[in-house]
Amino acid sequence: MSRETTGTAVTATSSPEQRSPKIAVDLRAVEMRFELPGGGTTVALQDIDLRIGAGEFVSIIGPSGCGKSTLLRIVGDLIRPTSGTVEVNGKGAHQARLDRDYGMVFQAPVLFDWRTVAANVRLPLEILGLDQRERERRVAEMLELVELSGFLNHYPYQLSGGMQQRVAIARALSLQPALLLMDEPFGALDEMTRERLNAEVLRIWRQTGTTVIFVTHSIPEAVFLSTRVAVMSPRPGRIIDVVEVDLPQPRNESTRESERYFELVTDVRESLRGRRQRASNERLKTEGPAG
Amino acid sequence: MSAAVPTVPHSGTLGAGLVVRAWARRYLPPAVVALAGVVLWELLTAGPGRRVIPAPSAIVVAAIQDYGLLGRSAQATFTEAFGGLVIGTVGGVAVAFASARWVTARNVLLPVAIGSSAIPIIAVAPILNNWFGVLNPVSKMMMAALLVFFPVLINVTRGLVEVSPSALELMRSYASNEVHVLRKVRVPNMLPFFFTALKVATTLSFIGALVGEYFGGTSEVLGRVVLQSMSSGSFPLAWAGILLGAMGAIVGYVAVSFIERLAIPWHAAIRLDEA
Repeated sequence: MSRETTGTAVTATSSPEQRSPKIAVDLRAVEMRFELPGGGTTVALQDIDLRIGAGEFVSIIGPSGCGKSTLLRIVGDLIRPTSGTVEVNGKGAHQARLDRDYGMVFQAPVLFDWRTVAANVRLPLEILGLDQRERERRVAEMLELVELSGFLNHYPYQLSGGMQQRVAIARALSLQPALLLMDEPFGALDEMTRERLNAEVLRIWRQTGTTVIFVTHSIPEAVFLSTRVAVMSPRPGRIIDVVEVDLPQPRNESTRESERYFELVTDVRESLRGRRQRASNERLKTEGPAG
Repeated sequence: MSAAVPTVPHSGTLGAGLVVRAWARRYLPPAVVALAGVVLWELLTAGPGRRVIPAPSAIVVAAIQDYGLLGRSAQATFTEAFGGLVIGTVGGVAVAFASARWVTARNVLLPVAIGSSAIPIIAVAPILNNWFGVLNPVSKMMMAALLVFFPVLINVTRGLVEVSPSALELMRSYASNEVHVLRKVRVPNMLPFFFTALKVATTLSFIGALVGEYFGGTSEVLGRVVLQSMSSGSFPLAWAGILLGAMGAIVGYVAVSFIERLAIPWHAAIRLDEA
């Protein structure tokens, strides 16, 4: 049973982005139901309303099985929602995919064993049909962006997990997408590597100006990276809160030690427990941990 | 003084020495064991009255005496095996592509293929000999092809179908078409499976050719040489024929492994091998 919380469907229209009023992603009343093998249906996503401005960095956080990856796949037109509308850059998600408006990064790097680092990054450009000079130029540029210029001719198995994921990011960015969809990209990495790559993703985000939707189950990661954190409830997944992250940019290691950072981490944590009062970034009075 | 002089050449010889030692560590033990096996075989079979399993030296002598017959027979059998390998591989790959692409093709072709592999090969041999002509080498090639077809089909189908779902999602996110997915994901993914199948198929093709020969045909083929020498009591010549057939299969296997290394150097099995 789902507990009734304040603000079941949070419409995050209060655009914090003065720098760009353009809407990159517009989700309205999105619902996803799956047919169960034995008959009947299960509701994976319900009443999803979310608007994301161009250039924003929005994390989606929630307990496992809440449908956050499903939501990301709906935005990327890898699956179709049962009902509701999804617009990316002012057009339907399907058209946006055909226009190659977004890049995807999964939890596993999904590099092709038979391709070198450079050839892996080049793959989407081959499909796009770019001429060879432009391809090589962009591959070099992207590998420079993720600081792997020295590994052009390495094979994936010769790289560490963190390096492989950086190659995957370079590949996703090679099409110069307006929207970057990342599905727990650092979930399989150790804490040190994860923090280093977090900083790297922020740097890439600033340099490219791309909009990012980032699915994670790590509260510190979500707060450190995002301009906003969308908090989801357990199944049926709904957005129960959106936490504005007003930490100053550019963020660095000292951001992780600032008091505001800890406050926001607590906010997100309490939201996940369904305890945070909406429209208030004030810390609630300390309560015992939820059961 | 000699202080500075020895350092440079010394490191050079040390490097070469290490290479030789690594090489020896890998190849010396199997070579020694094989040699010991041959010596043991020679010692156990040297006495008189041992006819069925002749001594290695007797086999070598027989091979030298009848090298003309053995050479012509080996050439004919190798041609049959190779022809069968090509026919069976081409057929297996073609059916694999069809069944990986169309579900209907899979439902129609795979039961037929499984049925073909369930047929006792010895029962089919006389039929194929009559069908394609007992003196025609094609009848033996079809025997070999029948054995080769199934492992190639099953492995290549697996390689084409067992692609990571994330890789397919990735290709979908690039708005790629089916030809892109085939060329850039499915075919490269299939190659290690293909080479594994080809290694098995190479040895199977020799078995197929020899079994076909047992059921009749021209006399100058390895199968007939082995059969006739056995029945006339010249066991050393029969063994020379058997070993020649085995050598053909081994050479084929090594050739496939070599091509595999060149074609898919990234493949994990080879990486482990090189480590």
